[in-house]
Amino acid sequence: DTQEKETITPERAEEAKLKAKYPNLGQKPGGSNFLMKRLQKGQKYFDSGDYNMAKAKMKNKQLPSAGPDKNLVTGDHIPTPQDLPQRKSSLVTSKLAG
Amino acid sequence: FLGAGGGNDIQWCFSQVKGAVDDDVAEADIISTVEFNHSGELLATGDKGGRVVIFQQEQENKTQSHSRGEYNVYSTFQSHEPEFDYLKSLEIEEKINKIRWLPQKNAAQFLLSTNDKTIKLWKISERDKRPEGYNLKEEDGRYRDPTTVTTLRVPVFRPMDLMVEASPRRIFANAHTYHINSISINSDYETYLSADDLRINLWHLEITDRSFNIVDIKPANMEELTEVITAAEFHPNSCNTFVYSSSKGTIRLCDMRASALCDRHSKLFEEPEDPSNRSFFSEIISSISDVKFSHSGRYMMTRDYLSVKIWDLNMENRPVETYQVHEYLRSKLCSLYENDCIFDKFECCWNGSDRQVIFNRTVTFFLPPLCSIVMTGSYNNFFRMFDRNTKRDITLEASRENNKPRTVLKPRKVCASGKRKKDEISVDSLDFNKKILHTAWHPKENIIAVATTNNLYIFQDKMN
Repeated sequence: DTQEKETITPERAEEAKLKAKYPNLGQKPGGSNFLMKRLQKGQKYFDSGDYNMAKAKMKNKQLPSAGPDKNLVTGDHIPTPQDLPQRKSSLVTSKLAG
Repeated sequence: FLGAGGGNDIQWCFSQVKGAVDDDVAEADIISTVEFNHSGELLATGDKGGRVVIFQQEQENKTQSHSRGEYNVYSTFQSHEPEFDYLKSLEIEEKINKIRWLPQKNAAQFLLSTNDKTIKLWKISERDKRPEGYNLKEEDGRYRDPTTVTTLRVPVFRPMDLMVEASPRRIFANAHTYHINSISINSDYETYLSADDLRINLWHLEITDRSFNIVDIKPANMEELTEVITAAEFHPNSCNTFVYSSSKGTIRLCDMRASALCDRHSKLFEEPEDPSNRSFFSEIISSISDVKFSHSGRYMMTRDYLSVKIWDLNMENRPVETYQVHEYLRSKLCSLYENDCIFDKFECCWNGSDRQVIFNRTVTFFLPPLCSIVMTGSYNNFFRMFDRNTKRDITLEASRENNKPRTVLKPRKVCASGKRKKDEISVDSLDFNKKILHTAWHPKENIIAVATTNNLYIFQDKMN
């Protein structure tokens, strides 16, 4: 008897490769997860409320400064404006104009 | 010659390259938008550092008829600055997402530039004379003691070295919760639209404290979000009509006369999908990264990850033409997803609207407007052109190695698989960090501006 071999499109072959590498990849293709990530671009985790409350509580103490891991934002570590990467505008003229 | 012209019939030559030579690219220097003004005399670029650089075409030297005027720096200014929104814990990038020129009404030039949150109207004006001979002021500006003034003179304007000044005339802020991806000036030249991921707003150029929301696709429950707005543009002739594209590969045409909130489209353009071809990547690669009306407004062009599609506004169920930009990438989607390249947003553009043809250097013919060639970028600093009439296409490279003026660029070819011919480059050798996302075509002449990561290339057709 003859068996028909199903030809796999290149796209499906790539999908199989991806699923083999990342078995927990969301079932929903494209979809909510990466869209939400796109909408949240630019989010940093500085909470002004936490910061001010902590400041009020520790009037006489030194504020705990950022530990070695600057991304840690839970517990006693209070992110401060100083922890945020410096955002200065380019004072240098564009090299296209050079 | 009297050429009907096509993507291949035009012989493209290197003209100029702007920007730093070194490979170490500062993030601020990454070019994020390129746009000619309506006459083509000015060419603006925006970058990730929030700066705008405007180039001006030299007046054509009639005796030097073998090349068109070169573009030199005309003005440069800081359009947007980085901001931090402490209330929302949001970092607002200064990167210029789009620049759009207003048609010229007087001596000054105006453009709109936008970052993720704020649109600004800039006035660029020339000053080539200054008043001299004041009675109460010295030339350096210090005030004179009035008691020392014994005679009066009339101040006069004297010529000075040309100074080009850019000043922000309007700031349109606080109308977008999400990131602005498009701005488009209406054909009424009084209003414009700005689009973010979920909403589109209509503005009047004179009014900054008010804006009308005309499209809102934000679901009541954000968990139900399935689609975002990726680009929007006003129709070139109908001031009530605009289109917006989505991350799911659809385009909606809306008519502002129908209702104040254009949530119900007048037309929905979507190509039916073959369900047997569906994969994890299907939706991602169908996301439209750019939409551009043809000059007549009869057609529009969309760019998705692998192709350029031409749509007839009278036919919603499928595009009239599809051009494959780099189909060989379909078998690389896994790695392109892993390195995020699959999310790259390529733009596309039409050839200029007036087809000027030089004949014998003395007589010039203007052929009727035709949108017959489309251009878009790819990887490895390659860019592609498709001729709609001849159905021929060409791949060219923006590289400093080809920088001999008036030498015709050599076409490139990518070898998808199998035996690689001499002068072909294999897919695996492509440099995916060298992306051409932004290209622009001069509105009247065969001059194109192509942006690599941090350099701006200008090519023109070989004039006899």
